[in-house]
Amino acid sequence: MTESRDNLHVMNRAALTKRLADRLTQREAVIGGIGNSNWDLWGAGQRPENFYMLGSMGLAAPIALGVAIAQPTRRVFALEGDGSLLMQLGCLSTIAAQAPKNLVLVIWDNGIYQITGGQGTPAAAARTDFVAIARASGIASSQWAADEAEFDALVQRALTTDGPHVIGVRTDQEPGRNQTDRDPIRFRESFMRAMADKVGTG
Amino acid sequence: MTSDTEPLTWHAIVRQALKDNDVRLVTYVPDNVLRPLIDGLHADPFFTCFPTAREEEAVGIVSGAAMAGMRGIVLMQTSGFATLPNALASLAVAFQIPVLLMVSERGTLGEFNPGQAIVCRTMRPILDSMGIEHHTMSRLDEAAFIADRTMRQAFATRWPACLILSPLLTGKRS
Ligand SMILES: Cc1ncc(C[n+]2csc(CCOP(=O)(O)OP(=O)(O)O)c2C)c(N)n1
Repeated sequence: MTESRDNLHVMNRAALTKRLADRLTQREAVIGGIGNSNWDLWGAGQRPENFYMLGSMGLAAPIALGVAIAQPTRRVFALEGDGSLLMQLGCLSTIAAQAPKNLVLVIWDNGIYQITGGQGTPAAAARTDFVAIARASGIASSQWAADEAEFDALVQRALTTDGPHVIGVRTDQEPGRNQTDRDPIRFRESFMRAMADKVGTG
Repeated sequence: MTSDTEPLTWHAIVRQALKDNDVRLVTYVPDNVLRPLIDGLHADPFFTCFPTAREEEAVGIVSGAAMAGMRGIVLMQTSGFATLPNALASLAVAFQIPVLLMVSERGTLGEFNPGQAIVCRTMRPILDSMGIEHHTMSRLDEAAFIADRTMRQAFATRWPACLILSPLLTGKRS
């Protein structure tokens, strides 16, 4: 798989979120990060196992880690923007230290804070490589997806092998295509109900 | 675990209250006062106990676990609490997730660091502004009651709650 951020095909978050969602057949939990990450998750089709963050920028991966620890037999995805992850890089060490086999972090790297007006991130200005940071933080299975086919292959690997896994994706600067309802109590209740229906081993 | 031979300590009481309320997940950014509690939790296989890089992250982890059926608590120092209003307001409070917080109170009753003293004054107004119930544990004879009842209420009412460990409780020999 692809080691470096250079020469990656620039993909579309909404399209890839749909591609990911279409592969989820085992009631996997998906935590959508602030703004576009959860809006495109919403647009990919609502599932009770999706959790749509309203604020708490940077906490998609920590929330997913909590779900993964509570339910080791369910696979758990976090979808997080580059700006959001930049705010909470320490969580990569925490994930590496706990090493949950069932956790997958997808990083949507558009190089900007799209939703607040498209300002460039310091990481983009510095050509920071988030996948390299994840690997250096101790998450060995950290890869960039070079194109859609490789994204599919990495998702397949994340669904079938022990993690934690990190999948980096360079995305275009399109805003989220949908907007999530702002209804936190409903989201929490439906997510909790879905989580109460446990996923068996294997 | 409490036994007849060992004197009852605040941290043994807290550990027992966590067990009685089935709080198995403990995340923390350390503080020296919390050390005997953290040591005891690490040593007890009932608990999944680990440090995080930031307190916000710990609130995220405990929120996710709580929604997935595993109860948890975040242990921190006063200064750590001061980093939390955004995560508490937009996650734990907005979604009504029972995240337990335990703060070792620094910045009062003999603090030598002016920075800590000012940070400490922000804590209770922040908790009050979000309607997060908080109780200060200052006496050993009340500790079990306060800890157990606060945890019970947080889970029954699906709301975060905060236990503050006063130096009156923790500053004596443990
Ligand atoms: C703690 C905090 N700081 C700033 C904001 C304002 N804010 C909301 S979304 C966002 C940008 C998110 O960027 P990224 O995760 O890269 O996602 P994108 O918008 O690019 O899809 C910012 C700065 C916030 N909500 N919370």
